[in-house]
Amino acid sequence: MFRIRFHGRGGQGIKTAGRVLGRAFFLSGFEVQDAPRYGAERRGAPMFAYVRADEVPIHERGLIQEPDLVVVADDTLVGVPAAGVLSGLDQDTVLLINTTESADIWRHRLNATGQVLVRRPETATDTEDRQYEAMACCGAAARICGVIDRKTVEAAVRTELADYPEREVGRNLDAALAAFDATSAHQGIVRSKDVLASAPGQPPTWVDLPLDRADVAAPAIHVPLTSVLVRTGLWRTMRPVIDRERCRKCWWVCSTFCPDGAIAVNATHEPVIDYDHCKGCMICVAQCPPHAIEAIPERSADRQGEGE
Amino acid sequence: MTDRQLMTGNAAAAWGARLARVDYIPAFPITPQTEIIETLAAWIDAKEMPGRLVTMESEHSMVTAAGAAAATGVRVFTATSSQGLLHAMEMLYTVAGWRVPFVMTNVSRGLASPITLEPDHNDIMAARDSGALQIHCATCQEVLDTLLIAYKLAEHPAVRLPVIVNLDGFYLSFTREAVELPDEQAAAQFVGDYDPGANALRASQPVSQAVAVLGSGLYSYFRYEMHLAAQHALAVYDETSDAFAKVFGRRHAAVESYRMDDADYAFVMIGSFATKAKSAVDRLRANGVAIGLVRPRLVRPFPVAALREALGGLKGVAVIDQNLSNGFGGILHGELAAALHGFAPSPPVIASFVAGLGGRDITLEEFLGIADVVRQSADTGVTPPGRLLYSDQELREVRKLQAVAAVERDELGAGP
Repeated sequence: MFRIRFHGRGGQGIKTAGRVLGRAFFLSGFEVQDAPRYGAERRGAPMFAYVRADEVPIHERGLIQEPDLVVVADDTLVGVPAAGVLSGLDQDTVLLINTTESADIWRHRLNATGQVLVRRPETATDTEDRQYEAMACCGAAARICGVIDRKTVEAAVRTELADYPEREVGRNLDAALAAFDATSAHQGIVRSKDVLASAPGQPPTWVDLPLDRADVAAPAIHVPLTSVLVRTGLWRTMRPVIDRERCRKCWWVCSTFCPDGAIAVNATHEPVIDYDHCKGCMICVAQCPPHAIEAIPERSADRQGEGE
Repeated sequence: MTDRQLMTGNAAAAWGARLARVDYIPAFPITPQTEIIETLAAWIDAKEMPGRLVTMESEHSMVTAAGAAAATGVRVFTATSSQGLLHAMEMLYTVAGWRVPFVMTNVSRGLASPITLEPDHNDIMAARDSGALQIHCATCQEVLDTLLIAYKLAEHPAVRLPVIVNLDGFYLSFTREAVELPDEQAAAQFVGDYDPGANALRASQPVSQAVAVLGSGLYSYFRYEMHLAAQHALAVYDETSDAFAKVFGRRHAAVESYRMDDADYAFVMIGSFATKAKSAVDRLRANGVAIGLVRPRLVRPFPVAALREALGGLKGVAVIDQNLSNGFGGILHGELAAALHGFAPSPPVIASFVAGLGGRDITLEEFLGIADVVRQSADTGVTPPGRLLYSDQELREVRKLQAVAAVERDELGAGP
């Protein structure tokens, strides 16, 4: 069985990429199970999709604990523990990362024992337009599994995007097929494993839950401080940046409209955005009367040190 | 030629309703069910299927409308999940008493509080005494096939009760698998036309469905008749699933037995995680452990005879409940123990495991661990106490969060 996990953020096309890969296996004669996994649906939040493919009916279900291939479409997720990108990786797992850094850097950084493959994003420009990156990763993933041919990748993209206009289908096809072609040197490095062959992991270490006092055991969130500790700013894909020249120091519009209370006004009446907690909804951008707040893609904002 | 398609459990449910040629769909959205009514709405809008879909203001109204429409003699489908099912509960009990047939899918999701989107069976288990029958599916194919079977079962003149077809959120609802799409004509012929008989409510011919009965044997009569109808539904189910197997080649028995020939032990569970148990059974069988899986598809009516047949004579049984009756334990375990107690070759060990609450995974290693516990118990003859599958790692994680919360409370000066 092939067990594959795709990691990315809500809105990056990860669900679709997983489905295209699942469809490609299905069209190649495999039994397939594919599914996206997310919590409350939210753009920018870590999510993943998984694909199982086998020549016999699949009984496994749900989370993939021991992946043969992990595809990371957004390398900023590797450091986010809740994203679980590195969960279950071992020496037999191939890690495919969409990144501008080298495989060696990632190998050392992650102390990886398995193969690490990097795919350089096509869009090294300052555009937020990363919507074809997941599709490109899907094309590369199809190639390195070694059992899907080029025509099948094309058919899978066309089937899954059947409701999209031809121009959009074309762009996705270009991304998937270019990555498929560019990955030829690594064809077949991901190996299907016999479901009964691998040794099971450690036996479970179950515990008896102790009886706790009700005030400890109630699911209450103590709002002010928990909210401080959880860095919801990691969800952001666009960053609002205040142009100090244009800002009229009105002191209230952006800070009042911010639904997360992430804009404070300092002693000199200047609004200050708390980027640890700004989720990037851009309501402030829409509300600011003199249009003094600009929306900048997170990646390019990072490079330029915007808002810091 | 067979038409095999990749589809989610939600899409399979929508296809089931479409192929059953439903007339009326009262609807209200809730995650993870919404995709079902969205799919049906799109088909009706595009005139790909006839029928009428009406969005209601709540699940309470939705089930009322489902019952009322069924009383007029049309074929009705609806769908809900979790809190929605609970909100509809008052009317579910009520319309079941009207003895009108309709089919509802429930996409299982854990109940508040705390709130979750992920699945367990506490929602559907809450409906088990409502009078509605319930069938639990393990694959997307089963979801589609069961919808067709469910209409025949619900509409049978000796049954006439609502049927709930249950599928797990996420693990079926959003998971695509290959599903063989039955031929439209063959499906229509199998389900047949609904002969409503006395269910012909018209504005010109008013009927009072919810009569009051006081101070007599009438109440017991009506409620016990529902019970007898539900029990009779076992035989009707067997007939119907046999007929389905003849036409479509897929058998969906009231109780599925997997590798139970010569088995000494069995896992018993319902729903989609039962397929994970099959993986574990294959693994254990490869290591020489004589274990299998017994999966009731019917929970109401409870297929007591088939379960006795499947489990009688075993050395030990592990019941894995993805639900928790607070102050009691796993519901399926209690029901199964009652079904097997006093029956001559009842297994000496019927162990209870509660797992998979709120979508928590059950790992292969845990299935192997459960098998170990049951085998040891069978050797010693001592039934182990009920166990929640919960790892020390999970408890450490909770303790860490509680430590953070305690610091916060201290800093806020709001607590001890």
